[in-house]
Amino acid sequence: MNKNAKNNEMIARLYESLGESHVMSPDVAHVEIHGNQVLGLHLVPGLDVQAEELEDGIRARITVKENTRIEKPVRVCFGMLPETGIQNIYMTTRLEDNSAISIVASCTFPNAVDVRHTMEAEIHIGKGAEYAYVERHVHGDAGGVTVIPKAVVHLDEGARFRTDFELIKGRVGHINMDYEAFCGPRSILEMSARVNGTRDDYIAINEKAHLQGDGAHGVLMTNIAVRDNATAKIQNTMVASAPDARGHVDCKEIVQGNATASAIPVVEVKHPRAHVTHEASVGSVDSKQLETLMSRGLDEDAATDMIIQGLLTPSY
Amino acid sequence: MNDTTAENGILDVDQVTLYLGKKRILNDLSISFWPAHIHAVVGPNGAGKSTLASTIMGLNGYGDFEGDVRFKGASIKALSTDERARKGITLAWQEPARFEGLSVKAFVSAGAVDKSDEKAGWALDVVGLNPAEYLDRAVDKTLSGGERKRVELASILTMEPALVMMDEPDSGIDVDALNKIFKAIALLKEKGTTVLMITHSQTVLEQADHAFLLCCGQVVQKGPVDKIMDYFGDKCLPCNHKNQPVPEAVNE
Repeated sequence: MNKNAKNNEMIARLYESLGESHVMSPDVAHVEIHGNQVLGLHLVPGLDVQAEELEDGIRARITVKENTRIEKPVRVCFGMLPETGIQNIYMTTRLEDNSAISIVASCTFPNAVDVRHTMEAEIHIGKGAEYAYVERHVHGDAGGVTVIPKAVVHLDEGARFRTDFELIKGRVGHINMDYEAFCGPRSILEMSARVNGTRDDYIAINEKAHLQGDGAHGVLMTNIAVRDNATAKIQNTMVASAPDARGHVDCKEIVQGNATASAIPVVEVKHPRAHVTHEASVGSVDSKQLETLMSRGLDEDAATDMIIQGLLTPSY
Repeated sequence: MNDTTAENGILDVDQVTLYLGKKRILNDLSISFWPAHIHAVVGPNGAGKSTLASTIMGLNGYGDFEGDVRFKGASIKALSTDERARKGITLAWQEPARFEGLSVKAFVSAGAVDKSDEKAGWALDVVGLNPAEYLDRAVDKTLSGGERKRVELASILTMEPALVMMDEPDSGIDVDALNKIFKAIALLKEKGTTVLMITHSQTVLEQADHAFLLCCGQVVQKGPVDKIMDYFGDKCLPCNHKNQPVPEAVNE
């Protein structure tokens, strides 16, 4: 089998682990990375991706050209199919002024027993540019994945950034997420994460937003469910230092069994015309929600599952 | 019209006394509801109306009481809320819960006999909500209180219960939507469901076949709606008996 055929087979297996087809329309840009190999790369006009294979991962540079709006969501697939391994991703993304892109990134480690996936991302979103980044994870049931994503995001005037992190299948393993965003004038930031932890899973999420520009808006939202002996530690920080900056921090955690969860919303306002609100709830399933569903005939476990599924469902 | 005896009720509350903390909320209360009728329970704030519904539904904190509650002749006192629901009893809250991320479609189908999208759409249509617009929305803060109330009623329509208790069905509802709710209540009755409406509203009371007036955890009057409406309007409001024992009223 030649290299192209091997790559195509591996791409098919990656998407298969996500429950998706690898066959895509020609007007959909996509990138597939397995371990430290770039298996596939298909671009559309206005989008440039430079990828360099490293010993233990990939260094990639993504650029969206000025005034370019990529119409269809770009598919990016990171994965490792073996039970063990390391995948380090170093990614620099630059959206030039007034450009727009939506990326759906799937990270798949379906057989992981001892896999470490790290991401160090630096993102620069130019004036009036719009970037949506949805990250969906598929893990195995062994809990043998360590995921450490770090991102630093800079939003220029009028820029918009929305990111959403979601585990759609399998156990968490160990997640330690650290995102920080610096928001310029009239920019809009939305960062959300939804994770369901079981057994001895460990979830740490640290999100920080600096509303530095006049009229910058930001929302940090985290929805977590933990049970068994899982642990969740969430710290969301919003610092507003400019006039008319508006922010909201929202953390909801449902705790069952011997699981433990903590939520630390940090709100810092450094300008009299800025305003930041926060809301956090940590505890058992809401009794009114539970009794409503039980009064429709669902037993307590089924009602709890339904409430948690809702909590973990993306709103987009 | 049938007589209200414990022997022929679909649901019989028999000499129930319930305390919340040290306060007696239901006071040796006996009341029976007939099959396929629309009943109203009226009374001033604190009379025990919502407590009665919570006790019948077996909600948390309402399970420890003297007396008995029987459904179709059998005691349901020891049953959990979901077991009672599976026997055909359900409750619509005065202020329905919000469910972040849970779609209207999933919520309306949660206890449905027929879980198809078509059935959920039909139920939304009955309560005056456009299925195309609402099925995929979440039952969260993006819905108004009135919309959530109608979505809740849709979930009850698909459940096809034997008995539904509706706590203040008109609260937060505009006139047009209220007519849809009345239409849905009439439909429930037509399909054989017993409806128990807890209300302060004369407009809601007018929809009932029969009414009970509660005061201080006891039934002080029962009978045709006209009679109760007169009593409720002329004698009970403002209520001189509020939070006082009312043996003379019971004997009236």
